[in-house]
Amino acid sequence: MAQHTFRVNGETVTVDVEDDVRLLWVLRDVLGITGPKYGCGINVCKACTSHVNGRAFNPCSVRVGDLGPDDEVTTIEGLADTVDDDLHPMQQAWVERDVAQCGYCQPGQIMAAVALVRAVREEGRTVTDDDLDTIRNICRCGTYTRIREAVKDGAERM
Amino acid sequence: MRSTDGSPPGRGVSRRGFVGWVLAGSTLAVAADLTTGAQPAQAAVPTPPQVPELYDLGDLQTQSALPTSQLITITVDEDGLAHFAMPRMEVGQGITTAAAMIIAEELDMAVEDVRVTLAPARPELVFNQLTGGSNTMQSMFTPIRVAASVAKGRLLAAAATALGAQVSGLTTKAGVVTRTDGASVTYGELSAAAASDETVAVEVGLKARDGFDVLGTPRSRDDALAAVTGRKQFTMDLDVPDALPTMLCRPPTLNGSPRSLRNRAQVEAMPGVTDVAVVDTGVAVRAATFGQCIDAVRAMDVDWEGGPVDGEDDASILAELKRAEIPMVVPKVPLLATTLDLEVEFMFRSSAALEPNCAIADVRPDRATVWSGLKAPIVAQRDVAKAVGLPQSAVEVNVVTGGGSFGHKLFGDAAVEAAVVSKAMGKPVKLLWHRADEPRQGRLHPMATSRVRATTLAGQVLTYEQRHTSVVTDFGHGLGERLTALAAELPANLGGLTLSQSIFTLTQETPYDYGVVTQLLSEVDTRFNTGSMRNIYSPDVAVARELMTDLLARRVRKDPYRFRKEFVRNEKVRRCLDTVAEVGGWGRSLPDGVTQGIAVHAEYKGATAVLVELDTRPETVGRRIRNAVTGPRVTKAVIAVDAGFVVNPRGLEAQMMGGVADGIALALTSSCHLEDGHFLEASWDNYFYTRQWNTPPEFECVVMDSDDELPGGAGEAGVAASVSAVACAYARATGTVPTRFPINHDGPLAFEPKSFVPSVPASPVNGLDLTS
Repeated sequence: MAQHTFRVNGETVTVDVEDDVRLLWVLRDVLGITGPKYGCGINVCKACTSHVNGRAFNPCSVRVGDLGPDDEVTTIEGLADTVDDDLHPMQQAWVERDVAQCGYCQPGQIMAAVALVRAVREEGRTVTDDDLDTIRNICRCGTYTRIREAVKDGAERM
Repeated sequence: MRSTDGSPPGRGVSRRGFVGWVLAGSTLAVAADLTTGAQPAQAAVPTPPQVPELYDLGDLQTQSALPTSQLITITVDEDGLAHFAMPRMEVGQGITTAAAMIIAEELDMAVEDVRVTLAPARPELVFNQLTGGSNTMQSMFTPIRVAASVAKGRLLAAAATALGAQVSGLTTKAGVVTRTDGASVTYGELSAAAASDETVAVEVGLKARDGFDVLGTPRSRDDALAAVTGRKQFTMDLDVPDALPTMLCRPPTLNGSPRSLRNRAQVEAMPGVTDVAVVDTGVAVRAATFGQCIDAVRAMDVDWEGGPVDGEDDASILAELKRAEIPMVVPKVPLLATTLDLEVEFMFRSSAALEPNCAIADVRPDRATVWSGLKAPIVAQRDVAKAVGLPQSAVEVNVVTGGGSFGHKLFGDAAVEAAVVSKAMGKPVKLLWHRADEPRQGRLHPMATSRVRATTLAGQVLTYEQRHTSVVTDFGHGLGERLTALAAELPANLGGLTLSQSIFTLTQETPYDYGVVTQLLSEVDTRFNTGSMRNIYSPDVAVARELMTDLLARRVRKDPYRFRKEFVRNEKVRRCLDTVAEVGGWGRSLPDGVTQGIAVHAEYKGATAVLVELDTRPETVGRRIRNAVTGPRVTKAVIAVDAGFVVNPRGLEAQMMGGVADGIALALTSSCHLEDGHFLEASWDNYFYTRQWNTPPEFECVVMDSDDELPGGAGEAGVAASVSAVACAYARATGTVPTRFPINHDGPLAFEPKSFVPSVPASPVNGLDLTS
């Protein structure tokens, strides 16, 4: 066992767990942060998508030992705090368009959408249909159309 | 119990009387019999009707509860909130939202003030706690309304006393009762006064449809905020003390079983591991984190017993199906009639949701408690009790909202397995299936063939025969018990059919005037883990029927839309068909390589029609996306649905959107390959459910107006016409009718199969290199 210190949703945390335990399980099983979901464990389904230092990543595929004390992990639970509001504009778009069905994939979808909008913006562009086609997050309820509409809507509000 | 004349007067109240109950209690509690309003279906169509037109699976499910006489209860608390524990399971289909709307409507209160939760297993409900067959709204609409109406009557009576007014001089709105001069009292304030110290039967009327304010208006889900903030809790998110993460090392061939774990000491010594147990389905490990479970599963050296399908593959099972096909017996037709034949094959498909099979179990010597997403919790309770050797009454089964179902959660596989493991370890467990386990060992939609023969003469279809042959579909989730119990009440022509044949007959309707129509089912092979997958037989049966319909149209030189319009025998179907043709622009000019397809389906007392445009141009088909199947893309989908009275059109549109996504996958991309006794798929990048790059950029859903008083089914209704429309478009685009679905099944395997030993893949470690 070893101690690992990093930041989650604005707070510094220290956990006592083996180096190679993937961050998804440290978040869920050790810290009780359950917004990131398990759907595959091999960085395919993207249900656990969260942010590290502002960029989308999948904690199922990161050893806790690879994070340092300055690394800032943001899960869906901490997204609204990044804009200092009750809801992030992307979450607001999601609610207004009633995107979720079962909701299991939606935290990951929203975190992926926010990162996509940021990345496209860095290129000086707005989100296109081709950009939306690159989103890999699975939604087994098939809410893809509403996701596309909400990403565009959320981007305009961000 | 005594009767009173508690019928609430006022505008918009139906003359039709229903009986509900006021229950004894300190705050207002009311109830209705869950079977209220269920009436035997009556013949309303000209002869010769097919069985589902008279009496369908929904009727069966609704009527099967008639003898149970069990109550559903609504309470109104002192904060003015209404509470309802629904004996059904929410899996994303929106039934808790719909139930809250129904209660709010009848009680004149805000939807936000209605709290709908999921009832635990209630064995006294017998057949009436099964979520399936798109039946929830059909069966619960009236009982919920009756209970809410009883509550409103009691609140009004209590308000009359409190305000010193006649009930007829009171109005209700947003949970407040107001006297003509403006004096008012809230439901919360009335809750205790409206309560009864004895149980009383009450006759009530229901609001007339033209008085509805909430029902029929679009409403977002009751858990929308919880879903987007990560606060919505699924089974794996529950914090049950000491229920540590648990996973199984599963056999390398389907339904194999472990003889022994050769390196138990080594596994037990691994970091985080607390317990190891060999059970029938594999070797279980309990650890501090699921990550450590995965590592332990990968380290296990297990001696395996082979499975029942060792050595089998797609071709051998298909050959078995062909041998079981029932011969065609075309009735005598005139000499010059021509015959068209079509045989279509459907591969195995995984019904797994994104939330894999999972359950929490705490089994003690004298009792057991289980938490899981269960659409048939009473059956799960019985099966858990049997598996751990306890009386059913000692097993508490809690129903948790599911991360999708699509038929997968009809079975309590995870709950039973968790209970068995918990008993073996003597500790609570939080059991999760690895994704790789789902397509390899989980429930599948069975492989099937559908043969169709039709004869035509002078522009008419004289006969239509369909022979559906399938690997056995498992109905061991309670529907079988329902049907068996009802055997004496079923329509006469079901006599002598097996259970699955009865279900087939109760669901399959050919919505066209095709002369003499016969549809028969035969089933073989019980070795697979099967179940329904967002419909039972319909999507496959419909694909064969709609492809044949296009062939018939071509034979008589008619346009596929106009041919359907001419032959369709059901007015609801015709209206949906016309709607998609108009909204979707049937026949509009499209670039070479982009083709339209159109198809219809009738089921669940409703109808659907779908129009798609399929882009088969090389630049589209050849799109390269990492670890993906691209292929032809549906660029536009228009679906029209008549689902009877619509409680929540926004929710219905969502169900149709999902049905179209399923249909696209079933037609083009998603299947499981059986090879050497095991299925090759083990990941969402192996089993190609629809992804964003397969999603139609243009999607439209038209919810048809309906004069029906009751809701029809919605959850499964969107799939059959969708998959059929895509199939028809593909046939038109390529000039060849595809005879195996999905169409990419036989192409080069689009992935490298993951290992079978270890049974789960390692979690990657390069996630920080892949940020975006």
